Amino acid sequence: MSTTTMDELPQSPAGSADFAVLPNEPAWLIDRRRQAAADFEQLPMPTAKDDRWRFATVSRLRNEWFDAPLSLIESKNVQSIIQRSKLVDSYSGRAVFVNDKLTQFNPLSEALAVQGVRYLPIEQALLEMPGLMQARFLVERTTLGSEKFHAWHVQMVKSGMVLYVPKNVTIKEPFVNYYWLDGEGARCFPHTLVVAEDNAEVSLVDVFFSADEQSPGIACATSTLYAGVGAKVFRKVVQDWNEQTISFQLDKTLADRDADVKNVAVNIGASAARYENQVQIDGAGAHVKLYSLTVAEKRQEFDQRTLQVHNAPNAVSDLLYKNALMDNSRTIFSGLIKVAEGAQQTDAYQTNRNLLLDPTADANALPGLEILANDVKCSHGATTGNFDPQELFYMMSRGISKRAAMQLMVFGFFEEIIEKVESDELADNLRMLIHNKFDNKVYQAKTI
Amino acid sequence: MNALEIKNLNVTIGETPILRDFSLTIPRGEVHALMGPNGTGKSTLAKVLAGHEDYTVQSGEILLDGESILGKEADEISHAGLFLAFQYPLEIPGVSIANFIRAALQARLPEGEEINAVQYYKNLYAKMDALQMDRKFTARSLNEGFSGGEKKRCEILQMSMLDPKYAVMDETDSGLDIDALRVVAEGVNLMRGPERGFLVITHYQRLLNYIVPDKVHIMYDGHIVQTGGKELAIELEEKGYEWVSRELATA
Repeated sequence: MSTTTMDELPQSPAGSADFAVLPNEPAWLIDRRRQAAADFEQLPMPTAKDDRWRFATVSRLRNEWFDAPLSLIESKNVQSIIQRSKLVDSYSGRAVFVNDKLTQFNPLSEALAVQGVRYLPIEQALLEMPGLMQARFLVERTTLGSEKFHAWHVQMVKSGMVLYVPKNVTIKEPFVNYYWLDGEGARCFPHTLVVAEDNAEVSLVDVFFSADEQSPGIACATSTLYAGVGAKVFRKVVQDWNEQTISFQLDKTLADRDADVKNVAVNIGASAARYENQVQIDGAGAHVKLYSLTVAEKRQEFDQRTLQVHNAPNAVSDLLYKNALMDNSRTIFSGLIKVAEGAQQTDAYQTNRNLLLDPTADANALPGLEILANDVKCSHGATTGNFDPQELFYMMSRGISKRAAMQLMVFGFFEEIIEKVESDELADNLRMLIHNKFDNKVYQAKTI
Repeated sequence: MNALEIKNLNVTIGETPILRDFSLTIPRGEVHALMGPNGTGKSTLAKVLAGHEDYTVQSGEILLDGESILGKEADEISHAGLFLAFQYPLEIPGVSIANFIRAALQARLPEGEEINAVQYYKNLYAKMDALQMDRKFTARSLNEGFSGGEKKRCEILQMSMLDPKYAVMDETDSGLDIDALRVVAEGVNLMRGPERGFLVITHYQRLLNYIVPDKVHIMYDGHIVQTGGKELAIELEEKGYEWVSRELATA
């Protein structure tokens, strides 16, 4: 029934004289894209020899991804997709992108606008906040291994949201950005930029969804959060692409003095998902929390690389990544805490917990520390466990069936993360997404 | 017959015999105490009764009101009306007490029937009040970070919510101070009645000051070597377990 039409765009970012993607791009942006194109050409595809890709199945990486013509697949399902963009009902603003095209935009209220808050698509932000964009847009980059994909993103990005919150402005309801892929071979380059000025308070949710279960797609997303002095920023990310999609999420958080930043990531979809999350604490007393929950099944591979950098004293960073694995799925967690020389009284934690529901699943953990200060509290650890048969017996002895007991245990394992989203509505919706993924699978899984 | 009957039970772990020709009958309405030195098979008996898979039953019978429960899954045995209070209750992270007990009750309902949440909480709170448990406990993860006394109180709470026909208390007194012991014993005493039988397994006579048994059995080397009234527990307390191995082992 559905037909696809193509909007022809420049054939190759590297081959074109004009590196602009959006109309009327400022010179500095064209320069950044040109530089990225040069970096992209020069950077090799990651190989197994690169330590930062240790344990990852690098053979999944394909040069063909880059060769495909830069066409935009037009979605025929926009109305239903907008209907389905309802993970969070009360929001301060909402944007729905389908295949990198903004299809629904609920701007923020007049009341917030007069306080100076801005919630704008990139194109609009370039016009309305040129100074801020030049200073903050596409400035940060990953150092965790996906430099080539980051450069690809910089060349290609055209859709995404910029959120600016001025000093002392507190916003209760979150901003919610949906990024959808629809159609075979669809690609997108979602981008989130948050600038929270001193003592601002804001939360946002980024959601990655596919319109159907079977169409292969590629997503290469980045985000940057700037949290000013005393700012409170809370970002939640729900990644539920279909299991034919390749996903990159390259995130960076920069925290100033006494900033309070929380990241909660829920990872359910994609065939292979690479997740790089860098935290850079530049101000004393900052507190950054990084939480993640992953449900892996079939042949899915979730590859998580994190870096917590403490450049300032008296700060706290706390990372907890939990993965439940089934079938032949794989997870890789590689984390590093770096404490600079002057960053005394640092509290830095890094914990990775894996729950294997099938003996064929494979969880890899590479926790790491690099500490140059002498007065710090740092801990890192990884555990991989199975269902404890004694726990199962205990629950069954109360009359709970094996199936129900296993479900209770898995949800119990995740509950620690789910309750951190601090929204009953979103928490319930996340439980439902997880439930849908493996209601029957948990029962089929063998106890080991 | 309305009784929990254990007949000539022989149980091994691997090749090692643990229970040897063990027999015991607990009619409803009675409280039986089972005492004995460590390593004599008391906890094995408790787990075999509840359907633990690690043990091999070589021969014998376990009948609950005349129905065999031997070889059934643990959840089926629970539905049949047997409750085991664990010596070391397990910690289940992320599963709240309220949700856990609710799942246990839900499992007893026919397919498609949902538990009445209002009635459930009313009932739960009433039982908690009787056990002097803070209502805030319902939201806590099951047994996680609980003190020994809290864990045992939580076992009694589960027992009273599930309303079993027979309850097996496996060393419920271990690790309890005297106040916690009293609360737990009161919880058991509240549930005593003509419709319920208890098997109270303990190493110490102390608990039996609070839960006065109808009968006391002394177990040694996998079977019962002496049976008597509540005074037998006092005699055992005075003479010590050496008396059992010296005088009764050959009986």
